[in-house]
Amino acid sequence: MYNEATVVGSVIEGLRKQFPHVVCVDDGSTDGSQEKARAAGAVVVQHPINLGQGAALQTGIEFALQDPELECIVTFDADGQHRVDDAMAMAERVKSGEAEIILGSRFLDDRTKLSAAKRLVLKTAAIQSRLATGMNLTDAHNGLRAFNPRVASNIHLTQNRMAHASELVNQLARLKPKYAEHPVEIIYTDYSKSKGQSLLNSVNIVAELFFK
Amino acid sequence: MLIIVQIILVAAVMVVSLALMRGGSNARHLAVRRILLMIFAVVAALSVFFPEALTRVAGFLGIGRGTDLVLYGAVVSLFVFMATTYQRFRHAENALTKLSRRIAIDEAEKPGQLS
Ligand SMILES: Nc1nc2c(ncn2[C@@H]2O[C@H](COP(=O)(O)OP(=O)(O)OP(=O)(O)O)[C@@H](O)[C@H]2O)c(=O)[nH]1
Ligand SMILES: [Mg+2]
Repeated sequence: MYNEATVVGSVIEGLRKQFPHVVCVDDGSTDGSQEKARAAGAVVVQHPINLGQGAALQTGIEFALQDPELECIVTFDADGQHRVDDAMAMAERVKSGEAEIILGSRFLDDRTKLSAAKRLVLKTAAIQSRLATGMNLTDAHNGLRAFNPRVASNIHLTQNRMAHASELVNQLARLKPKYAEHPVEIIYTDYSKSKGQSLLNSVNIVAELFFK
Repeated sequence: MLIIVQIILVAAVMVVSLALMRGGSNARHLAVRRILLMIFAVVAALSVFFPEALTRVAGFLGIGRGTDLVLYGAVVSLFVFMATTYQRFRHAENALTKLSRRIAIDEAEKPGQLS
């Protein structure tokens, strides 16, 4: 999370009702998000400086892998855009052995309301990654994912910012785990819209992927 | 005829730039880049004193003026410089990320040992 003090507390409280361990990777927030997260019952792992979402994801994964009893890792955005119900259903599917990784997709049902431009950009990205990797995915940039320790230990994200989503799919294509998609709802509130990604950032993502 | 020479020239410039840009940061590539930069600097300096000589080379290549030749060289050097700097930056960023991650994980209490 990065500067999510207003929402992170309730997000973590919601998660803690269903999940025993919640790890919150703080990425150098300057608004006191850390205290809010700790008070809500998360273990906070703190980057000393802001590195970006991809870097934080990798840190969280490596931290969780230290637990020998780990069964399943769920990645969940701190800005309140994901639903705990979806996360639980996805974790169940991983734990039942149905798949090694379950990826959230907002395009499998019509719960998610998003602008036409955003839909176009996200679908283009999904088609691109489908062509590049052969993996049958409908939403390449969805932060809600659940996976088992084997997949987790084979993820090595080096893209610190938003390009990590495509990088992750590329690494999965090489690893070839059993995977499936799960319909999820992304909740767009005024808060998340004001803080979320500008569509122009897709230009940066493409550039960062191209100039590795 | 001229157009063929020009196309070949453009292709050659692109291939060389790409090779230099992609060519990693190992010592040999670095040395090659530095040598080329030195040659370029000397040629550019000489062109001040002997403009006709460079113009003759340029005419032979179908470019026109010697100054244009220097300009094209400068453009290629700029791209190579940008690519090299970007690669260095990525390396530094990578190292910084690993260091920060190490600090973050070491400072937090280990999972599984929680109450
Ligand atoms: N660690 C870290 N997390 C970040 C950073 N920027 C955003 N985040 C977190 O990443 C999550 C999603 O970020 P958003 O910017 O909303 O990206 P998104 O959800 O993919 O895009 P939208 O659909 O526009 O909301 C939230 O939990 C943010 O707190 C950052 O620099 N570092
Ligand atoms: Mg968001």
